[in-house]
This record gives sequence, C-alpha cells and structure tokens, in this order.
Amino acid sequence: MAFQSNNALVRWIDHRLPIFTFMNAELNEYPTPRNLSYMWNFGSLAGIVLVIMIATGILMAMQYTPHIDHAFDSVERIMRDVNSGWLLRYVHMNGAHFFFIVVYLHILRGLYYGSYKAPREILWMIGVVILLLMMATAFMGYVLPWGQMSFWGATVITNLFSAIPFIGPDIVVWLWGGFSVENPTLNRFFALHYLLPFVIVGMVFLHLWALHRFGSNNPLGIDAKGPQDKIPFHPYYTTKDLFGLGVFLLVFCAVVFFAPNYMGHPENYIQANPLVTPPHIVPEWYFLPFYAILRAITFDIGIPFTGIVLIDAKLGGVIAMFGAIAVLFVLPWLDRSPVRSGRFRPVFKQFFWLLLVALVVLGYMGAMPAEQPYVAISQIATAYYFAYFIVILPLLSILERPKPLPASISEPVLKGGGSVAGATAKPMEKP
Amino acid sequence: MADSADVQHGVEDQSKRDFLYLAAGAVGAVGVAAAVWPMINSLNPSADVLALASIDVDLSPIAVGQSITVTWRGKPVFIRHRTEEEIAEAQAVPLEDLIDIQSDDERVEQPQWLVMVGVCTHLGCIPLGQNPNDNKGEFGGWFCPCHGSHYDTSGRIRRGPAPRNLEVPAYTFIDETTITIG
Repeated sequence: MAFQSNNALVRWIDHRLPIFTFMNAELNEYPTPRNLSYMWNFGSLAGIVLVIMIATGILMAMQYTPHIDHAFDSVERIMRDVNSGWLLRYVHMNGAHFFFIVVYLHILRGLYYGSYKAPREILWMIGVVILLLMMATAFMGYVLPWGQMSFWGATVITNLFSAIPFIGPDIVVWLWGGFSVENPTLNRFFALHYLLPFVIVGMVFLHLWALHRFGSNNPLGIDAKGPQDKIPFHPYYTTKDLFGLGVFLLVFCAVVFFAPNYMGHPENYIQANPLVTPPHIVPEWYFLPFYAILRAITFDIGIPFTGIVLIDAKLGGVIAMFGAIAVLFVLPWLDRSPVRSGRFRPVFKQFFWLLLVALVVLGYMGAMPAEQPYVAISQIATAYYFAYFIVILPLLSILERPKPLPASISEPVLKGGGSVAGATAKPMEKP
Repeated sequence: MADSADVQHGVEDQSKRDFLYLAAGAVGAVGVAAAVWPMINSLNPSADVLALASIDVDLSPIAVGQSITVTWRGKPVFIRHRTEEEIAEAQAVPLEDLIDIQSDDERVEQPQWLVMVGVCTHLGCIPLGQNPNDNKGEFGGWFCPCHGSHYDTSGRIRRGPAPRNLEVPAYTFIDETTITIG
C-alpha cells in the first residue's frame, strides 16, 4: 500500500525526497515471516549496540590522548575526573563484549537455520565482512588504554604478519611505523578505531538492503507461500525487538554496574612496559577460539620424507586462524543441502551442536598455557572445526535424508489455516 | 558529417579508440599509483624514528655470568657476558640438532659477549632468562612464556613454535669494552 499522510509538510517533503515512503515500506509495512523466534532478536540488538558504542566512543575520544606517555593516564582521568566518565568507559568496554555476544548468537542462528543459503549468500558474506571489521575495531580499541595487555596483544597480533613469506617483516615495520609497537602505532590505531565503526555502519546498510530483498529467513527455513505467511514488521516485530532490548539491557546493566571488569584482564590496569612481557598473554574472550587455532598448528607442513618445509608452523598457524573466518565466506557453496532449517536435518543437527562444543573447547584452550595436554586438545577441536565446514557439510548435502517439510509457514501455526500456492490471494485471517 | 565519417572508418576508429582507451587507462593507473604511494609510504618509519636507530653500550660493568637489557629501536637487546661453561655448551651442540642452523661462532664477535635482540621470533614476546631466577627453559638459555619457545645459551631456537634463532643485530666493538649497535 502506498504511503499516505495527513500532514502537508510530510507530503511536501516526501514528494521531493521519498524518505517517508521508504521508512514506511522498510520499517512499518515490511512483511516479515509470522513465525520468527527470539533467535531473530540479535540482529536488531547488534545494531543498537553499535549505536551505543559509537555514542560512548565519540564522547570518550574527546577526553582521550593518543600518545604513549599520556594514553594510560588519560584513560584513568576519564575514570576518575571526567563527569560520568567511568560510566562511558564501562559501557563502551562491556559494550564490546556484549557486541560479540549478540553477534556470535546471531551467526550461530544463521548457521543452524541455514540463513546463508540461496538467495541470501551475499547477505551472509556481508555479515562475515562486518565480523572481520568488528574484530579489527575491537583489537585496535583494546590497544588504546596502553596497558600491558594492550601493548603485548598489539605486539603479538601485528607480528602475525611477519609470517608472510619474504615481505612479512617489511609489512610489520610498515604497520608499526617504527621498529616495534610505539607511538606511531598507537596514533594510527586510534585513527582507525574511530574510522572503522562508520565503515561498519555502511556495511550494516548493505546487510539490511540485502536482507530486505527477500526478507528474513525463519525457523522452518521455508519460503513464504503468500501474504498469510507474513505479518507487518510494525507493531509485531518492533514490539518483540523492544522486549528483547529490555531483557538485554537488564543483563547489560547488571554487568556494567556490578561486575564491569569481570570480562576484562587485570594486567591491563598496569601501564605498558615494552621490556617486560606478562607471564601469560591472553586475548579477550571473543578471540580465544581463534587464538587456540593459531596455537594448535605446532608442526611444519612439507613434502613427506624429504625434509622440505613448505609452510612452517608459524605461517601454518596464521593461515589456519585467518582460514577459520575465510571458510565462512564460501559456506553457502559448501552446504549444498536444499533444506535450510536444522529442524528438518536430523544428522546435521548433531554435527552442529558438536561444532558448538568444539568452539567452547577452543575458547577454553585459548586461555590455557601453550602446553600439553591443551595443545593436543586444541588440535582435535581445530580439526573438527575445519572438518565441519569442508568435509561434513558437503557430504551431508548428499548423504542426509531430511525430514518432510511443512507445506507452509502458517500451516503448523494455524492448523491448516494457510494454504499452498494457488490460494495466495486469500487475505490474512484475522483471529 | 562526423557521423558519416565514423561509419566509413568504423574499423579503423574502433582500433584507434581501443588504443586511446588503453593508453588513457594506463596513464591514469600510473598516476593513481604515483599518488597513492606517498600515502602508503607515510605509514613507514619517519625520519625521527630512523634517527634513533643506533646506540653505544659500555660493557665494562657487566661481570661474567651477568646479563643486561638495553633498549634499541624500542626493542630490548640482551647482552650476556657468558661463562666458560655456557660457551662450551653452545659450541658443543651438533648443528644437525638445530632448527635454524647456525654455529655459535657465527652469532658472536667475541665468544664471551652474546648480543641479540630479545624478541621471540615467534610473535614478539620478550623471553625470560635475563634475571638469575628466571625460567631459562630446557636448554639453559632463554624461555618465551607466551607460546613455549626454548632457546639455548647461544640464543638459538631448540624447541617450540619460533621459526628462527634470536636475531643478532649489526654491532661493532669500537674499543675493548664498548659496542655500537645499529
């Protein structure tokens, strides 16, 4: 239905810039599957967290000094002297943790319900780009307070690039702007940490654009057969998203006000010292599974029995870690099963939960020292992670026999009230 | 007029246009590259950073068996006055046991002085072993706690994920007890 307004000014503007028509179509009438569960709340939550992060971040940037001699103190000043500075910083700091919590749940939802499958491949791939941007932003943000973990995390992660054959060491010097993590490094990380969130905003727009092309996937994973399978976004899902936001904010505020440093590391309240490495360097929890994959490759890969090394352990670890994300880009072409939802894939479902176990195990191993038995366990879990995407999903696409799919989205809900194509002209039934 | 000329010389014009198209594109690409390079290069170490690239160190206060750490280019440099046992141990290691093959002689100017960048070649942590009560690893040299790399008394990698021996910086003895690093 075309957008109508009684307000003359709105009509005048909309005729010249149809922004009201656009918002009405995409946020109000936007037809959405009627059966979305609470697992579909995390996309909008992630968007809200992004806004919170940008708002608190800009305000803190006005108080922060990106210089190695002043950064640590300026953060302490924010905590002690700036009006509500402690709140801004704790919201921003824990906001990063919660951003990853909601985004990881959002991704797992997509993995389980096959949201990456046709026709949503590009939607999925933009999501992976957003994840990568988030990781880069979070990493550089963590460096800014210039604590011990900031400094040594930056050192370890930038040194990953030295594993690139031939040009690696030059690339690292270029990244640092010096011969170690130093003031030029801190300066450019601050500039990029400010820039990247706006790149994320741009990617989120593309993500939503691609989403609204075909609309949300749903727990049944089948396409809507007609208007009876969909309901308008407002008020149904605006309300549901707002309720989810309320629950989220309760948990978020509980952490911000009562355990703000629970997910942080005490070592980062010690100012960076380039001459002393902390006894145990651990990344933030959201990087732990990938860190465990990095450390799981402790062997060289070469031509057997010749002693020729093609990929040494260091490069192998780096390739595996980046590969763990890169494999997500091609996921839509690895899982060829035409059935989207895990509900109707009895074998897939078990491997999926095993993947979740592997990720939790990897997260735990990432926080342990690089010793046995942790390394061996990490290797098994890493092997399963890659096998899930590269071997199990392609094989299941051929071998698995899915359960029968329901005829339509509304059929299980309305007990036959909806019907298959042919009756699509029937208006949505009112209760 | 122009239209009819185009029709008559269609084939010639097509190849001429392709040429102009490619030539203009190539010049444009070179121009963009020339404009982008200064931007990329601005991120490389600046003149003031490079100016701090060499230091002098007085070795005379360091007793046998002692180590000191100095800062060079923002990185720690380990200087160890090695004991006779450590030198003998480092020289006795068969080369085929090494991951990154290098004899002890190649790593020192004078055998009692071991000078090297104290940065693990794995991912850049500072190995332990400079203080007497540090964990020196299984080969009596240095041990990197981050990912478990063991270095021997010559700073060579013996076990763990690090691919190379601890780097020996360029340095020269300017007199008996003073070196210039860098």
